[in-house]
Amino acid sequence: MNPTLLHIDNVHKTFAGLHALSDVNLDIREGETHAIIGPNGAGKSTLLNVCVGVIAPTKGKVLFDGQQLTGRRPFEINQLGVARVFQTPEIFGDLTVIENVMMAMLSHRDGAFRLRLLSRFDERGQVGRRAAKALADLGLGDHLHHLAGALSRGDKRRLELVMSLAQDPKMLLLDEPTAGMARADTNTTIDILRDIKRKTGITIVIIEHDMHVVFSLADRITVLAGGRVIAQGVPEEIKGNPKVIEAYLGEEQV
Amino acid sequence: MKHISKTADFILLGCFALAVALGPFIFAPIGAGYPDLLQKFAIYGIFAIGFNILFGLTGYLSFGHAAFLGVGSYAAVWSFKLVSMELLPAIGLSVLLAGLLALAIGFVSLRRSGIYFSILTLAFAQMCYNMAYSVLTPITNGETGLRVLRTDPRYLDSALGYSAKMPTLFGLEITGWTGYYICGVVLIAAFGLSNAIFRSPFGMTLRAIKSNQNRMGYTGFNSRPYLLSAFVMSGMFAGLAGALLAATDPLAGAERMQWTASGEVVLMTILGGAGTLLGPVIGTGIIKYFENIFSAYNETMLSAMFSFVPDGVREPLVKFMSLFVGDGWQLTLGLIFMAVVIFLPGGVMEGVMRLFRVKHTPRVRSLGDSPQRDMLGESIIEEMPSDYDSSGAHKHPAKNNVTPVAP
Amino acid sequence: MDAFILQILNGLDKGGAYALIALGLTLAFGTLGVVNFAHGALFMLGAFCAVTLNKLLTYEIVRIDPTRTTPWGSPLEVKTPYVQAMLGDWGKFLIDYSVPVSILLAIPVMLLIGLVLERGLIRFFYKRPHADQILVTFGLAIVLQEIVKQIFGANPIPQVAPHIVSGSLALTDTIVYPYWRIVYLAFSVVVIAAVFAFLQLTTFGMVVRAGMQDRETVGLLGINIERRFTIVFGLAAVVAGLAGVMYTPILPPDYHMGMDFLVLSFVVVVVGGMGSLPGAVLAGFLLGIVQSFASMNEVKALLPGIDQIIIYLIAVIILLVRPRGLLGRKGVMES
Repeated sequence: MNPTLLHIDNVHKTFAGLHALSDVNLDIREGETHAIIGPNGAGKSTLLNVCVGVIAPTKGKVLFDGQQLTGRRPFEINQLGVARVFQTPEIFGDLTVIENVMMAMLSHRDGAFRLRLLSRFDERGQVGRRAAKALADLGLGDHLHHLAGALSRGDKRRLELVMSLAQDPKMLLLDEPTAGMARADTNTTIDILRDIKRKTGITIVIIEHDMHVVFSLADRITVLAGGRVIAQGVPEEIKGNPKVIEAYLGEEQV
Repeated sequence: MKHISKTADFILLGCFALAVALGPFIFAPIGAGYPDLLQKFAIYGIFAIGFNILFGLTGYLSFGHAAFLGVGSYAAVWSFKLVSMELLPAIGLSVLLAGLLALAIGFVSLRRSGIYFSILTLAFAQMCYNMAYSVLTPITNGETGLRVLRTDPRYLDSALGYSAKMPTLFGLEITGWTGYYICGVVLIAAFGLSNAIFRSPFGMTLRAIKSNQNRMGYTGFNSRPYLLSAFVMSGMFAGLAGALLAATDPLAGAERMQWTASGEVVLMTILGGAGTLLGPVIGTGIIKYFENIFSAYNETMLSAMFSFVPDGVREPLVKFMSLFVGDGWQLTLGLIFMAVVIFLPGGVMEGVMRLFRVKHTPRVRSLGDSPQRDMLGESIIEEMPSDYDSSGAHKHPAKNNVTPVAP
Repeated sequence: MDAFILQILNGLDKGGAYALIALGLTLAFGTLGVVNFAHGALFMLGAFCAVTLNKLLTYEIVRIDPTRTTPWGSPLEVKTPYVQAMLGDWGKFLIDYSVPVSILLAIPVMLLIGLVLERGLIRFFYKRPHADQILVTFGLAIVLQEIVKQIFGANPIPQVAPHIVSGSLALTDTIVYPYWRIVYLAFSVVVIAAVFAFLQLTTFGMVVRAGMQDRETVGLLGINIERRFTIVFGLAAVVAGLAGVMYTPILPPDYHMGMDFLVLSFVVVVVGGMGSLPGAVLAGFLLGIVQSFASMNEVKALLPGIDQIIIYLIAVIILLVRPRGLLGRKGVMES
């Protein structure tokens, strides 16, 4: 079994007396694709935010690669090797597509701050060529010099994915990567993610509503309900778990 | 933005240098071909170029940049008094002190963004201004202003046995055409430097901060040192401009630090086009030119100008027009200010681009739109209670038990 | 101890002015979301309403006084303000009370100015970035103050308080306190109370407060929030104008008094908490008193120049330590 990359130990989180998460234990192992599922209000988003250190747990600890995440600023967490793709794409809307990706590459190369004042930000340089290739691989090759803000929503997500991968992270967090997508687009996204997995072997944590996506991609699944982990295991175990069916599948009728 | 090659930048810089060199001939036909005015173009151009590095690239609107200009002036005059009449030590001291002040002010102010940043910088600049008139009178000489005296010690000069009546650069007096060309060379250098910054990864980082500061954090950038660097740089440019101002007229007064002076540099930058390379220089030229022309007009000149108008109409017309010239120039300035913000938010450069149908990076949502990150990684929502046009992501719930009643 | 009381009293009337200006700023900001750099100019315009009325009332005409003669026998020509000539003692009374009477002039004038500005300019900036709002209102402030300068000149024009309150109150042997400052303090308290009562007790005020909380929802309820906010802007202008009218006997108005007060009142708003009306009032009085203490000789001897910078210093500290200000709502400027 692979070593643990993200270790969530006995985490509680209360918002003004409301238990968003109680006693959550979760180990994400290196190289696996781990899906976190659960009905609305189960605490998925809270857990994700705890995973990336944006929300500090009321109790318990979060260790990534042996390091405490809580209390670190987003850029520090990113520097540790955690990349996150948002449900609503967060991109540099006023920069071109290739500039977006180059920024991501520079950050990975240079750390949080380096005053690169007199060199040139050159799209024809080495970084630029790599960025162009990475974009072409995910089908954004035609949009290199378009403003990122003008892309369609799906393309923005793809761009964000390219940016995240460009940083060569240890762990990729995907927040509902197919939300609001048509079936065909969902399938394309699944293919893309599979492809990425095959090429890089990266650890992926995915939060998803769509069971089709989850069962197509996940190696292991954690089911949340009411802020608690009610089941954990490989997809086959989850499918047959009566607790899960009651809490989740029953509701969704998948 | 379209890719711009190194060669293109060198050509731009070359053309710019040529324009500066031919300044006297270019500006002669519009009646601005004399050294004092062109010198002002150059000096305030440097000021605006520096301001643009902060405002144009990051979108952080500082309302206190005049403080750095003022500090630069005082530092230069002190250098003329105590060290030497030579310009270089004065520039060194001015840039250093302005940079240090910018470091201190920026360190505090950049903890906030949006209008809070503007108000903080404004508060700091007012503080400097008030202090220059009160506690710091021994250094600033209060309302009289600080001037260079013949009896000043000038230790370096007396050690070297050098003496000059006016500030000099390598023995050349910084007056008349010599003065203009000295300032012109500094302007070209400042322009080249700003060009390099715009094209550098640093410049791109600043533009990315302006575009989406959240994303910067998630991409692994710590925005604050970048912002602080930009702030200090623009402060140093202002200090440099202040030193040149003191060199061409060795008298420093606190009125250079007043917030209307800060407002003027904002205007020059946005009039030309914030975030563009040439914009600030063009904006400066327009403002300083009109200031010069308009404030020189008086009623007699207006009467002469409108001599073709019938008598009955002429007098009220002249009366009306005289509101906008002479002492009334400030009124015209305010009107230009409003007109630019209302009709041409992208400035003259955008207007030109539109004319030539060149695709231009559209104006960026600037202040207030980019939430900042706090120490704990929590998002500071720089949000206004009724910022109803924002994405809606951070909307306040109506939490009070206020029941709206239909009219 | 005497000096202590005196400083508090001195601080209170200045604080009253800060509070009134900050109140208007907050109203406009909280409802319209507009950062109004021209608000100080509105204060200045109010002050010049008083100047205008005084000028109008004291316009002199030359009359021949038939009852008196010059030493060489011809009838004496005397200059009398026409108001006095027409209304006799009533006219005298009017002139004496020109400052408080100006309130009657200032209310409609300032309301009109406020409405015109909102409809003609400000409303086009609701959806523009705050930087644009700051810039356009800054330009507006310059224009307004330059117009006033053209009409009234650059020099301060002193105004006098009515004779009956022109003296000073001797609190103790050493403390004298001008009556007018007491009047100003009382006046500002009354205006503040009126604004709060208006917002708390009327249906109109309720809708406005709801709109400050969540504009969209109120809009969805089918209420024309837009028109109400226009009136709110007018109200803010009136409050600033009244503050200006009554301040004229304390500080002779000149064209740039608005700018001087504007910077300070923004600081007041920030300290009180952006968008919080009680915060603006509290911070206004507090900062007025603090400033007054800082200008005591004993304090100045200890910390030279502190009186000049204390307010800015406080603002900086507040912004860094408690960014939402004294009474600011949680969530504004914080996560």
